[in-house]
Amino acid sequence: MSDAPPPAPAVSGATPLEAPVPPDAATFAAPDACAIRLAGLQFAFPVDGQTVPVLGGIDLEVERRSVIALVGPNGCGKSTLLRVIAGLLPSAGGIVEVEGRPVSGPDARVGLVFQEPRLLPWRSAVANVAFPLEVAGLDRTAREARARDLLGLVGLRDWAGARPGELSGGMRQRLAIARALALEPSVLLLDEPFSALDALTRERFNVELLRLWERIGSTIVLVTHSIPEAVFLADRVIVLSPRPATVAADIVVELPRPRRMADLDAVILSRTAAEIRARLGGATDDAFAVATGEVGRHDEPDAVVA
Amino acid sequence: MKHARGRILPPMIAFVGFIATWQLIVWIGNYPPFILPGPFVVADRFVTGWLEGIFWSHLLTTISEIAVGFTVGAAAALPTGYVLARSRLADRVMSPYLVAAQAVPILALAPLIALWFGTGLLSRSIIVALVVFFPVAISVMIAIRGIDRRLLEMARSYRVTRRQRITLVEIPAALPGIVGGLRIGITLAVVGAIVAEWTGGEQGLGVLINLARGSLFDIPLLFATLTVIALLGIALYGSVLLVERQVAART
Repeated sequence: MSDAPPPAPAVSGATPLEAPVPPDAATFAAPDACAIRLAGLQFAFPVDGQTVPVLGGIDLEVERRSVIALVGPNGCGKSTLLRVIAGLLPSAGGIVEVEGRPVSGPDARVGLVFQEPRLLPWRSAVANVAFPLEVAGLDRTAREARARDLLGLVGLRDWAGARPGELSGGMRQRLAIARALALEPSVLLLDEPFSALDALTRERFNVELLRLWERIGSTIVLVTHSIPEAVFLADRVIVLSPRPATVAADIVVELPRPRRMADLDAVILSRTAAEIRARLGGATDDAFAVATGEVGRHDEPDAVVA
Repeated sequence: MKHARGRILPPMIAFVGFIATWQLIVWIGNYPPFILPGPFVVADRFVTGWLEGIFWSHLLTTISEIAVGFTVGAAAALPTGYVLARSRLADRVMSPYLVAAQAVPILALAPLIALWFGTGLLSRSIIVALVVFFPVAISVMIAIRGIDRRLLEMARSYRVTRRQRITLVEIPAALPGIVGGLRIGITLAVVGAIVAEWTGGEQGLGVLINLARGSLFDIPLLFATLTVIALLGIALYGSVLLVERQVAART
């Protein structure tokens, strides 16, 4: 099911921001490589000299320019998975590849947006967005110009000089997204980026995120606790089992793009959401179910297509 | 106008109250000037002292000791505090010595240092540096340890070098705590300089205190010297605040 490629996003306008693949990745990556490939990926946290397995062999292939949503029970390792893909945590076995090349350490091809904005409070908005460019060694005028472009992309052009403390929670998270896009990553990872926002703002931000994605054309992997949000945004929704996490289900969302606010009420959306809820029910963190081995099994043979 | 008056008026009232209380104690106790001179006697001696040129050379000596000692002490404390915060080994090895050195009163240590290095600028600056070192090192350590780990993870995701992490994230994030330590350090530097001057030598406000109390037996001069020391402390503290504001505006 998952080998059906998603429709290519509509490319509009012609700003330099629409070339998301860094030159080196474009040169060396195999042209048919998928954006992300995980195979038998494992991770374990050391606790008091013992290791607690968090990721128990994840297999996943993410097509270029697609949007993937990760859902799963609390504490199942979704955030850990994003950190391993971003190179912030070392895997304990298995394969992590971005654009056909293995990830070893923090990676410029991957932009990570954390659950909190994590802005530098003493820097202005434009200087926060310019932070990755400053680290990368761009000169002042180049990074200033690019940071202002990015601010425009997330609708904060008029707030360049504001400190994070002067911005609303939503604006801060938009700023964090702009910063994550600064190095033109081919993959954008979002760890529950809108969880701190109220429901109405959140819906609006989801639509904004899709518009942004249509313009920049990155691959997006999104962790969320909201099933409707997952279905509305994603081409595929990956349901993870409780710890140690494996892929419990891989559900394709047959909702055409471009998607708009009105699609939130589409029948297919609620039907897909119902299907995900059923799978999540199987992937419970109920202690009894874990003890009797009821969880973590793949219900369908074609749930994961390598 | 009204706003400016509101800011100036309360400290003015407090100052007048302080002077009035002082004068009242002198009147009620009927103390002679060689026990407790009144504020106007001291003010008079303060002015004549400046006119006679008594204070200048002593003040300049004390300022240069503080300048050298504070600079050296703070400069050594900044990297030490950073290493203590980031290296558990350094913390375990160095902390006992730092605490022990701090527990020994500088008053007891000063004569020893004068014995080794004489009574000149060198030994006095060493004493000031020792007094400044500990509070600055400890506040740097606490400030660096208190940095939000999530910001450091964010910086790591953009592949910062160690140098970039220190200059772009850790120092600006820790700056309020570091400057707090420098504020404590500069006031202690004045104390350290006066204590150092008591061990001997020809010049310095501490020497002048000894002279006024001893051979000159000029108690109003002693009080006037204390006033000079207090004003020096306030001026130095104010200049640290100014530097703090400059640095904060730049980052």
